[in-house]
This record gives sequence, structure tokens and C-alpha cells, in this order.
Amino acid sequence: MRMNKSFDIKRITGMRLFMPIVCLLAVLLINVITTPGFFKISVNNGVLYGYIIDVINRASELVVLAVGMTLVTAASGGQDISVGAVMAVAAAICCQILSGGDVSTNAFQNPFVLAAIVSLLGAALCGAFNGFLVARLNIQPMVATLILFTAGRGIAQLITKGQITYVRVESYKLLGGYIGKCPIPTPIFAAVIVIGIIHFILKKTALGLYIESVGINATASRLVGLNSTMIKFLTYVICGFMAGIAGLIASSRIYSADANNIGLNLEMDAILAVALGGNVLGGGKFSLMGSVIGAYTIQALTTTLYAMNVSADQLPVYKAIVVVVIVTLQSPVFKKAVANLKIKRSTKKLAAEGGNQ
Amino acid sequence: MNKLKNRTKLNGSSYLLMITVLLFIVMYAAGMIAFSGKGFAKPQMFLNLFISNAGLLVIAMGQTIVMITAGIDISVGSVTALVCMAVANQMENHGANAYVAVAMALGIGLAFGLVQGFLVAYLDIQPFIVTLAGMFFGRGMTSMISTEMISIKNETFLKWANYKIYLPIGSYSKRGNFLPAYIYPTVVIALIVLVVIIIVMKYTKFGRSVYAIGGNAQSAMMMGLNVRKTKLKAYLLDGFLAGVGGFLFCLNSCSGFVEQAKGLEMDAISSAVIGGTLLSGGVGAPFGTLFGVLIKGTISSLITTQGTLSSWWVRITLSALLCFFIVLQSVFASMKKKK
Repeated sequence: MRMNKSFDIKRITGMRLFMPIVCLLAVLLINVITTPGFFKISVNNGVLYGYIIDVINRASELVVLAVGMTLVTAASGGQDISVGAVMAVAAAICCQILSGGDVSTNAFQNPFVLAAIVSLLGAALCGAFNGFLVARLNIQPMVATLILFTAGRGIAQLITKGQITYVRVESYKLLGGYIGKCPIPTPIFAAVIVIGIIHFILKKTALGLYIESVGINATASRLVGLNSTMIKFLTYVICGFMAGIAGLIASSRIYSADANNIGLNLEMDAILAVALGGNVLGGGKFSLMGSVIGAYTIQALTTTLYAMNVSADQLPVYKAIVVVVIVTLQSPVFKKAVANLKIKRSTKKLAAEGGNQ
Repeated sequence: MNKLKNRTKLNGSSYLLMITVLLFIVMYAAGMIAFSGKGFAKPQMFLNLFISNAGLLVIAMGQTIVMITAGIDISVGSVTALVCMAVANQMENHGANAYVAVAMALGIGLAFGLVQGFLVAYLDIQPFIVTLAGMFFGRGMTSMISTEMISIKNETFLKWANYKIYLPIGSYSKRGNFLPAYIYPTVVIALIVLVVIIIVMKYTKFGRSVYAIGGNAQSAMMMGLNVRKTKLKAYLLDGFLAGVGGFLFCLNSCSGFVEQAKGLEMDAISSAVIGGTLLSGGVGAPFGTLFGVLIKGTISSLITTQGTLSSWWVRITLSALLCFFIVLQSVFASMKKKK
């Protein structure tokens, strides 16, 4: 009986999503203790209102980014640190097209669909640039994306001519606000749709399997007939596209394109979400849902820290510490040390038992 | 005959270095021709390259060493900001003297180097992740000290910062007076660091081990080199140089604020790469990095002298140049493979 029970526990703790869910629950628990009304949801002015809604709403961009980042991490064993800058580029393109080149506009100068498509294409192009450097030229992913990480905001500044472009049109706020009388914020839908589509693609096609196999061993995958270069390239394009979507949501929230602040420090959050989701940052097997849970955990953590009067500038300190702790726990050296410790303990136990007999 | 053949044969990295030196000369000459009316041809203009980039030069030295071990350090910009802020805060709000401030700057650099080096060398975590965390940590700590800008008014510090060393060369003003060219002590320190690092990398056991583990860690280990220890030392030295560079940066700006030195890591990395350091490790020279720094300096002074372009163009041009050199490296690498 006892044997059976411990077996069950092991099966649960061994599940891939176990750690991410435990982390999320832990953060939520802290929230409940520090802010008593955390789970309270009320209806104000016909829309849902409350801490938890705010967390889910604000996490939308991060979730979308984390999805792209997961694929990139899995396929190339590196991270795309340009996502924040690409968000700014996408937002800048979109707002600039909508305003027809002016600093501020009260009516769409061009159709929204056109602006959205062009900005998403622009973001995908940024991703393609990263992908070309990583997949074709075999440059370390982080160095390759470092180029856009620093140049991206400069490009966004150039697009908006160094100003903050405002689009003061009600319908532009739909994506970051509410559609009609629907009480649930639109970004939540956007995030769910993105997760759904990517999940569907990964499950219904062999892409997910290919990405994992390329991430585990690119050369071997090429030898069995997979186009490793193409698959890596594709993940970067997808990641750029995701950053574009996140950029549109972020820009719609503030109905403007602020090249300096859109997506600021989000690359760190996205990497953190992937790591928290139980994905190894060195590539290979991945869990999309883990990253999504990770993203919500990060946002909950951010909200908690805000509630504890930590300013936005200081947040990265805590997040950096969390990242270091996670990667340390994931590191093979650390795992080996723990395993050795366990073996030592069990041999000691055996020795002790032997002595008793 | 055979000897001559050996001598004329250049390997890929020497080609890269040659391209870099040539590029610098061409850029500077072009600047001299295009902006001769704005004083680009004066000796002082050339010395200004060193004056405004003294801190970067020292930081790029550290970056070069780390990159030769096949690692990278993107925390240097944040470390610089943290050093400036801590130094400024300590002197202005806590009445510390300038010598304590120097010790503090070096201490911060060493602490970053030690922690990051330990995580990279002994726990086998990717250098990028570690230093990315370091980057955010440093910037966050800076804003924890103060979100306001702190200007330094400490007398000893300002005396160091504004002490001009006149050189026997110079230019003539419009009235015909001789204006001697000058440099600041920061330049002297940076050049001393440069010479020391060149010697260390070329002639010491540590320097040669760094090249060996960067080229192939496995075979270096089999040769009996302590890979982990060497890596840790490399990161420690890099952190120390980031501390020194940060202090020089502070001497140049005489203030501390949160947004300071943003993107400096990119400048340092691109200087190293443009100077012929391979991203894959094992190849590189501190001397080449000097030219990388000079090219960066030339680009920014060209753009400031031009006057109408926004300062964002410096970053964009530098990124484009970095991209170009990375592609070149990749081409040379694939050529080498084919042989």
C-alpha cells in the first residue's frame, strides 16, 4: 500500500508541468496572503475588474512572446533577445501607417488591416533576419539577436521620427481594450487564440517533432533528411511574428507607439517564462503549456512585487535572481551533485541498516 | 623560398584585422576630407577618440578575453552604470573620499566577475544567460540606489577628471596661436591597460591557456589545463576591467544616472568582433580590439560632426558593421572548413 502511494507521488512530481504549476500556485498563494482581495472579481462599468483579471490581461503580451521564445529555444538552443525591440518596431510601423506620417491623428489615414499586416510582416522580417544569421550563418542566437536588440529601438525611433505617434481613434483601442459590451479584455482572447493556433499546428503537423529533433541534434536531424536550417529559420520567423502581435497589443493599450518603452525588459520576462515552464534553455524537448503557465507566473510575480511597492526600475533585480536560481537548478552539474548526494545518503542508510542487523 | 611563402600566407583572422585597420584609416581619411572645415583634421580630434572612449577601451579588453574563452559578457554596460551611480552616491551623499570610490568601483567589478565566472565555469550555465541576468541585476541595482541623476562635485575626483596632460603636438588657431593637444589621465590608464593585456595574453601562462580553452576546451583539458579555473580567472579579470572601465567612464561623465552606458555591452562586443575576435572563441587579439574601439569612436564623431543625423544612427551603423563582420567571419570559417 505504502509503495503504491509513493509511486503515485513520483508520477505526479515527474510530470513535466508539475514544477511550473507549483511555482504558479506558490506565487498565487503569496498574493492571497499579501493582498486579501486577490481573487475577488467585480463588475465595474460593465467590464470585469479585479487583481486576477488584471494579471491575466497584462500577461497577454508575455504569453504571446513566450510561445515564440519556446520554439526558438527548442530549435536553436538559444534565445531571441530582440523580441522587445521588435515589438517596438511593429508598433512604430502600425501607428505610423495609421497616422499617415503625422505625430498624432484623430482618424485612420489608412485602413487598420493594412497597417496590421504590414507591421506583422515587418516583425516577421526582423525574425527572418535573426533566423538567417542563426540558421544559415551559424552564429550564436544571442549574439545574432543582440544586433536587433540594440538597433531595433533605433529603427523604431527612425520610423516614428523620434516622436511618440498617437492614434486617438476609439477603434484602435479595441485590441488592447474591450470589444463592444464584452466584459473580458480583448488581449486575453488574443493570447488564447495565439496559443490555440500554435498548439494546433504543433499537434496536427510534424513541426513540433521536427523542432525538438533539430534542437536535440541538428546534424543528426539533417542526416535523417530534415532541413535543420529551414526549421531553425522558421522558428525565428514565427518568433518575430509573435513579437509583432505582442507589439500591436501593447501599442493598442496606450494607443500610441512609444519606441523607447514598448516591450522594455520583456525579453528577460519571456526567457524567464520559458525557463520557469520547465524547458531546458539548451534546446530540445519543449512544453508550450509550461511556458504559458510560466508567463502567467511571471506576471503574477510582477503584480506581487508592484503591490509590495517595488518600482518598475527595480523589478529586474528580483527577476534576475529568479533566473539565476532556475538555471542553476537546471544545470547538469548541479543535478549531478544532487544525485551524488542522494546516492551517498542511501548508501549510508544501507550501511546503518546493515549495522543494525 | 619556403620561408617567404610562409610569411606571405595570411590566415583568416589576420585578414579580418587588416580589413579593420584599413577600414579605420579609410573612414578617418574620409572624415578628414569631408569635414576638414570642422576641425576633423586636427590632432586633437584624433586624441578625442581616445578621450571619449577610454572607458570603452578598457571594457572591450575584458570583453575580448571573455570572448576568446568562447564566452560573452553582456553585463558590462549595467556594471558601468552601477559603478558610476555607486561612486557618485558614495561621494556625494555619504561623504566618502575619492580613493574609497576607486576601491568601490573595483570591488563592484570583481564581485560581478566572481559570481558570473563561478556560474559559467563551475556550473556550466550558458554565459549569455548568466550575464543577461547580470545585466538586468546591475541596471536594477542602479535604480535602487537612486533614480535621480547624481552629479559629482568631489574636489579630488574633479581634479582627476579635469587634469589635462599637454602634448608637444597641436594645431594653430585662426589667429596663429599654438594650441597644444591634450589628453586626460583616463587615456593614460586605458593605454596602460591595453599594453598590460597585450603582454598578458601573449606571454603569460594564463593568456595562452585562455586561447587554448577557447579553441577547444576538451583538448585543453586533456593537455592538463584547468579549464574551469582559467574560465573563472578570465571572468574575474573581465569583471575587474569592467570596474576600471566604469570608473574611467565616470571620470568622463562626472555623474551617475540609471540610463547611463545603455548599450555599452554592444559597443564592447562589436569592438571586439570588428577587431578580429571570433565569436566561436580561440581567436582574437587585444590589439585588434583597439581598432574596433577607434572605429566606433570615428563613427560617432563623424555623426556628431555631421550634425543633422540623430544619435540613433551611431548604434544602427555599428550594428550594421557588426553584422557585416560576423558574416565575414562566417565566410572565412566555412572557407577554412572546405580546405
